[in-house]
Parts: sequence; C-alpha cells; structure tokens
Amino acid sequence: MAMLEIEHLNTYYGHIHALRDVSITVEKGEIVTMIGANGAGKSTMLKTTSGLLRPRTGTIQLEGEELTRLAPHTIVTKGVVQVPEGRRIFGQLTVMENLDMGAFTCRDGGRIQKNLDRVFDLFPRLKERSKQVAGTLSGGEQQMLAMGRALMAEPRLLLLDEPSMGLAPVLVDSIFDTISRLNNAGTTILLVEQNARMALQVASRGYVLQTGQIVLSDSAENLASNEMVRRAYLGE
Amino acid sequence: MFQRWKESITPTDVVMWMIGGSLMLMVIWGSVATLAAGKYTGRHWIDFLIFGLAQGSIYALIATGYTMVYGVLKMINFAHGEVFMSGPFTAYFVADAMYRTDFLDTHPFIALAVVFIVAMAVSTMIAYFLEKIAYRPLRGAPRLIPLITAIGASFFLQYMFRGLYGSNFQAYPVFKIFEGSWMIFGIRILKFQVVVIVAAIVLMVALYSFIMLTRVGKAIRAVSEDKEASSLMGINVDAMVSTTFVIGGMAAGAAGVLYALMFKQVHFFMGFIPGIKAFTAAVLGGIGNIPGAMLGGIFLGLIESVGPSLFLDGLGIVAPYQLKDAIAFTMLVLVLIFRPTGIMGERLAVKKA
Ligand SMILES: Nc1ncnc2c1ncn2[C@@H]1O[C@H](COP(=O)(O)OP(=O)(O)O)[C@@H](O)[C@H]1O
Ligand SMILES: [Mg+2]
Repeated sequence: MAMLEIEHLNTYYGHIHALRDVSITVEKGEIVTMIGANGAGKSTMLKTTSGLLRPRTGTIQLEGEELTRLAPHTIVTKGVVQVPEGRRIFGQLTVMENLDMGAFTCRDGGRIQKNLDRVFDLFPRLKERSKQVAGTLSGGEQQMLAMGRALMAEPRLLLLDEPSMGLAPVLVDSIFDTISRLNNAGTTILLVEQNARMALQVASRGYVLQTGQIVLSDSAENLASNEMVRRAYLGE
Repeated sequence: MFQRWKESITPTDVVMWMIGGSLMLMVIWGSVATLAAGKYTGRHWIDFLIFGLAQGSIYALIATGYTMVYGVLKMINFAHGEVFMSGPFTAYFVADAMYRTDFLDTHPFIALAVVFIVAMAVSTMIAYFLEKIAYRPLRGAPRLIPLITAIGASFFLQYMFRGLYGSNFQAYPVFKIFEGSWMIFGIRILKFQVVVIVAAIVLMVALYSFIMLTRVGKAIRAVSEDKEASSLMGINVDAMVSTTFVIGGMAAGAAGVLYALMFKQVHFFMGFIPGIKAFTAAVLGGIGNIPGAMLGGIFLGLIESVGPSLFLDGLGIVAPYQLKDAIAFTMLVLVLIFRPTGIMGERLAVKKA
C-alpha cells in the first residue's frame, strides 16, 4: 500500500481552480519531487494534503487511511508533517521553544528527548543557538530550525515546500544533503521545488505541475533528460 | 538625513506636538505649584500611591485578558469588561448568603475562597461562550466585523445581567478580617489594599509563568504569531483560542472580586469603566504584550491616583479627583497619537524584525 495516495484532487480559491484533477502516489521510503513554475499550484497541493485547504473533490489516503477533510492538527498526529514555504518559524519564540512546538503532539518525555538529540545531531548549529530568539537566526539557520521543528513531530511522511528558496548556493547543497540523509534514515519525503535541478538529483521519481495539472510523471533520470523539462525547468 | 526628516513633518504633526507639549507644560506647572503649596503631606502621597497600586493591579489583571485575546485573534474584545462584571456580580449572591448565615464571619478564608471560585468560574464561562458563540463564526471576517460584534456582545451581556440580577447597586458584604490597617515598614496600610495588591501579584506571576513555561502557554504564543504554522505543528488552534479566553476570563473574574473587596459594591454596569481603563492599560503597554499590559495597568492606576492631586490641584482646579477618568483617557489618546505601539512596543517591534 502506498504511503500517500492522492486521487483526482480538485482545489479552488473561490472561483480559481488551482488544482485540476491531480493524482499522485508516494511509496514508502521514496523521495518524490513535484516541480513547477511559480504559481503552478505546488503549495496549494501541499496545503490541501496537510488539511489547510479543503479539496472540492478527490481523496487523500495515508497507507490506506483517509485523510481528506481531517483538521490540519489531526493530520499531523497521523504522521504527515509539512515544512511550509518561507519556513514560518515562530520568530518571537526561542529556538528551543520552536522545537518544543514541533513536539506538541508527543507527550512522552523520553521520546521527545530522543528526537531532540537527533535534531541537534543533524543540525549542531541549533544546539548552540537553542536559547536564542528564532527571529534573529540567519536564513539558513531558520531553514534548519523549520526542518528540525518538523522532525520533532516524528513524520512518517515529510512534506517540504521549497526548502532551498532564498538560500545561498552552499546552503542549498547542504539542505539537499540533509534531505537525502533523512530519507536514508527512513523518512518518506514529498519535495516541492522550483530548483528542479537539485530536486531531480535527490528524488527517485517526479511529477511536473503546470497551472494546476500534472503534465508529466516519470523517474527522476527520465525527467532530467526530458526535452520539455530541460527547456522549461533546467534552463537549457 | 535632516532634510528627509523635515520633509516628513506634516502640519498635523506640528499641531499634535503643540498639544502634547502644552499638556506636558501643564503637568509640570501643576506639579510644581502643588508641591510648592505644600497642601499634601508625605502621608497623603503614600496613601495615593498605595491606592493607585491596588487599583492599578486590578486594571493589570483585566488588561492581560485584552492583550492575550489581541495576541491570538488580533481583535479587541470590548465585552471583556462584562466578563469582569459577570463573576463578582454572580458571586455577590453567594457572598450575601454566606454573610446572612454568619458563615462569612466565622470562616472568612473559606468564604473568600468560595467567592473567588464562583466569580472566576462564571467569568470564565462567559468568556468561553462569548468566543465560541459570538467570535468564532466570524474568524476570517474583515477586522471591523468582530469589533462591532464585541460592542454588541458587551451590551447584550450588560442587559442580560441586568435582567437576571436587577439594576440596583448591591453592597458587597464586608470581610471583617480585612478591615482596619497594618503597619508595614512603619507605614499604615489598609488591610484590604494589601490583600488586593498581593493577590493580584500572585495571580499575575502565575499567569505569566503559565504563558512562558508550559506547553500550552508556548502554544498560545505560537498561535499568536502564526496560526497556520501552529496547526502544521499539530496544535489545535481553536482549542488554544478557547484557552486564551478561559485564562483571560479567570483573571478578569479574580480582578472582579478584588474590585468588590476594594469598592464594596457591584452593579451590571460596573465593567464598563474598568474595562476601558484596562484597555487603555493594554494599549499603554503595547497591545499583545503581556508584561506590558501588567505594567501599563499599574502605571495607569498610579497616575490616576496621584495625578489629580499632583497635576491638577496646583492649577487651582477644585475637586480634581473627579477628573481622574479624564487623565486616564487623555493618556489613551496621547499614547495612540504619539506612540501607538505602546510604552513597551519598541521591544516588540524589534523582536518581530
Ligand atoms: N490565497 C489565495 N487566494 C487566491 N488565489 C491563490 C491563493 N493562493 C494561491 N493562489 C493562486 O493559486 C495558484 C497556485 O498558487 P500556489 O499553490 O501558491 O503556487 P506555487 O506554490 O506553485 O507557486 C496561483 O495562481 C495563485 O495565484
Ligand atoms: Mg509555493
């Protein structure tokens, strides 16, 4: 059974038909990427999956369990955790308090500590800054915090919305490196990106989204060598 | 630099600064004249200060409710004064029954605890249902709409309690153990004022610790910053909004009992003025900022108590004490004009950047 199975999803903003009959599958253990230009509907897709937006029609299932129309905070408890576009960390809370919020659904102190050790292991920088107010972190550190915060919620499926946006090239490499490491450690990932080049390097499969519709779906290698993808998304 | 600054000054600014400046001058002039006249002794000033502190800590407790609700919903809950009224007004009937059966005099501490529990429970319930029934359906509506609803809810609650309990002033039974005064550091202080100040401080410390240290308190702060991101962390935003109203309601109910201890009467309209004063305090402290609201409340209480004698007496105004509300609202207007972010607002703005 697929980790995530989305079928015939249609999401609207008032009269704007933002997702048109989108169907995607993410298998357990995969990194799947969804690439598309600005405004294609990538964020809409993740928001619908997380329950922030209600689809008009269609279904979303996590390992066969129905997620469609559940409240966002309930979907988190099922193991679907999103790192939203633009990081959205709590700027007035400390780094540690942000991580506490990631662990909000977990009431087991021992497990929280274990997850915290793992996050600090992955991002030693966050440990150094744990008492600092998060709004004072640099962009790269904020992205680390946003990911660390999501990991505190023990995701089975991690949804990443443009994690490389606005980061310097060195940091972009390190974020994608982290994504691979998380996946190797067993987290299934759905990665939404405008940076198609990097996304297709770490992902095994990909979808191309254009004005709310899936126009291509293939293995990452095939997509990277696809003529249309090369022209439109890899700038070749 | 200077050039740019000069260009950004409008004629309105000049008028505003002139008004501000002349008020400032009046305050200084009045204070100097009052002190020179020597009509009030040190003893008087100490009395004013302690009364102001007691009154101010009541404002402070109410103000936390305004500021926390503003934090999570970005709206001013103008019915908060009625939340404050509902508790002690209901508890009055319990207190009165205990007074008639002599229980109040034989077991004053148990009786006081009962009054607190009843008042806080009623205020909390009113706050909880107010949010659930009146405000929740309007979540996401333009900001003016919940504001108008709040004003409507305020009238609704006033007249509901008037209908329930009548329109008379009810004299709160007096706790004999809190009558008289204590000598503290060689200063004679009325006992009930000490009780009010100490109780308010204990409650404020408890409330602040809850918000800063507990899991739910942190979640409330997270929701204040970003509802969507909070829900992506598994936080039930609606539950946190409800919790915020519950905490604000508890604080307001307790403040209401302290108010009844101090002024010894209750009435369906009693929430109106303290409500606006506490709103002023919350704005003074920078709306959304909890310690700011507490300090703003205490500051307002002190200014109101010391101000009339200090600023106005020297100007030859008769019975200046009747002008204490004018002082409070002048401050509200001045703060809104000159420092809309409040006295502590700067830090907040820096933190947000
Ligand atoms: N809150 C909104 N209200 C109305 N239209 C929106 C809203 N958010 C996004 N859209 C529209 O939906 C489309 C998809 O947006 P989005 O999912 O943010 O794209 P992407 O993440 O791929 O850049 C765009 O045309 C955008 O203008
Ligand atoms: Mg987007």
